[in-house]
Amino acid sequence: MFNVQIHVRLRPSILDPQGKAVLQAIQSSGEEMVQEVRMGKLIEVQMKGNSVQEVEEKAKQLADQLLANPVMEDYEIFVKEMAL
Amino acid sequence: MKFAVIVFPGSNCDVDMYHAVVDALGEEAEYVSSTATSLVGFDGVLLPGGFSYGDYLRCGAIARFAPVMSEVQRFADEGKPVLGVCNGFQILTEAGLLPGGLLQNEGQTFLCETVTLRVENNHSLFLTNYEVGEKIEIPIAHGEGNYVCSEETLQELHDNRQIAFKYENNPNGSMANIAGITNKQGNVLGMMPHPERAVEALLGSTDGKRLFESMIKNWRNEYAYHA
Repeated sequence: MFNVQIHVRLRPSILDPQGKAVLQAIQSSGEEMVQEVRMGKLIEVQMKGNSVQEVEEKAKQLADQLLANPVMEDYEIFVKEMAL
Repeated sequence: MKFAVIVFPGSNCDVDMYHAVVDALGEEAEYVSSTATSLVGFDGVLLPGGFSYGDYLRCGAIARFAPVMSEVQRFADEGKPVLGVCNGFQILTEAGLLPGGLLQNEGQTFLCETVTLRVENNHSLFLTNYEVGEKIEIPIAHGEGNYVCSEETLQELHDNRQIAFKYENNPNGSMANIAGITNKQGNVLGMMPHPERAVEALLGSTDGKRLFESMIKNWRNEYAYHA
């Protein structure tokens, strides 16, 4: 079994109102070190498969078709083999 | 009695709250912006429902940093009445004025209906006009009203008689059917159902009116006692 994490976030060119609201909340608390906030989603799935490559390929397909909207979102996939 | 109705960006039940205390109960109220830094001159604080700051990050999470919230904290610490309904309840938990938190409804749908609540306690200043065990009809309208807390907190809520209302038929998966709780001192009440929408027969129920009447009566008694 493989644990697959798919991180989805809006493309850098797209305004992220959630991130903006959170940034403003942080800055209004007096914090000056934080300059930018981008919000996203972490989708965790468990998959069976024969290799990391095979699972990664399938996860990419899922991300393209359902989990992310490639028009406005980027995603990253992290695959880890689970200890039995 | 003069109420402050706190208005956050995204509050949408502020007018209902104002209407309840001014038109249905004949008291005074003023809208107070979330950027205000003083609540001097007010006798009670009302945190209305809605979607403060778009509910980004988590419901109520950003609202707790609004300038007015440190003043709400001070107000509560002084033992004055603070009522948070729906998003107002979520804000109170995020601000640490009430224990626990609110998750998405178990059935994953937004719920908008009238539900039956059981009055669990009537010793807090909000509830003296109810009988313990009484069944009342109050509307709900929320997507994230599933109350959660640790087992220890739940025990404390029971032991300190902080549970104000329980659902008769749990609509959202809340732990122990909890619909509303108070703080230990009993001057802060948070609840998911909307008592401000049950203050006139025209609205389908007047069961919420007694909550406001309790608050007003108890404030008057307290005020008369100190004066």
